Amino acid sequence: MILTNVGSVPGKKIVEHFGIVQGSTVRAKHLGRDMMAGLKNLVGGELKGYTELLQESRQEAMDRMAEQARQLGGNAVINIRFATSSVAQGAAELFAYGTAVRVE
Amino acid sequence: MLEIIYRYPDLSLFLALMVIGYSCGTIAEKRHYKSIIKREQELVKLMVVNAEGRFAEGAVRTSFLVNGSTVVSNDYFKRLLAILRNIFGGRVKAYESLIDRARREAILRMKEEARTRGAHMIVNLRLETSTIGRSANKKNSIGSIETLAYGTAVVMNRP
Repeated sequence: MILTNVGSVPGKKIVEHFGIVQGSTVRAKHLGRDMMAGLKNLVGGELKGYTELLQESRQEAMDRMAEQARQLGGNAVINIRFATSSVAQGAAELFAYGTAVRVE
Repeated sequence: MLEIIYRYPDLSLFLALMVIGYSCGTIAEKRHYKSIIKREQELVKLMVVNAEGRFAEGAVRTSFLVNGSTVVSNDYFKRLLAILRNIFGGRVKAYESLIDRARREAILRMKEEARTRGAHMIVNLRLETSTIGRSANKKNSIGSIETLAYGTAVVMNRP
């Protein structure tokens, strides 16, 4: 599965379009990480626990999107965009969407 | 001295938090900037553009998505400064440097991923910022900030 965020797959020709595919995941962090982040809030700087958590969830959202594209019969997803929103206290939604296509 | 701490426990706790926040925050920021500048110089040869590239046929071997992200938050002292700033308005320098650091770190992580996978350039870079964490839904408060950088890494067919 080829994933790109440009309007085409560089160096390849698109033969078929399948429309929008999307994947999303809502994640909350567990208590231990939350407490560590609270402590880290005091001195500032990077919150490594959150960074890892969000990267994992983003990967999952992308996997779901790719799965959907595969079911439609595509072998690439182009023009991918990401969005993040906080839906509830302590939970974040990660969302990825793009266009499923088939390339040569 | 001890008597004062004993008499005003709240005030002394507050002052202690401010001192810890200020000293740790300042040291961490200086160290971080030093490492950012060093790594940026190492990675300067890997081109990043935020336009969609046009490539000649047969010039590209593969392409794939790369991303990098950072979650940061401010220290206790700077948060207080920002609240004070809210009264008078104007530039909130404390947050400017924080977000600048986070964004550059995110771009660097993306570039590092691209380099380890053997890419020659990154096209169509996009940057995104969002607020997450406990205070994300409250008004007038900034919780943790996530910055995300993503783009398409391109591996060229070099003769």
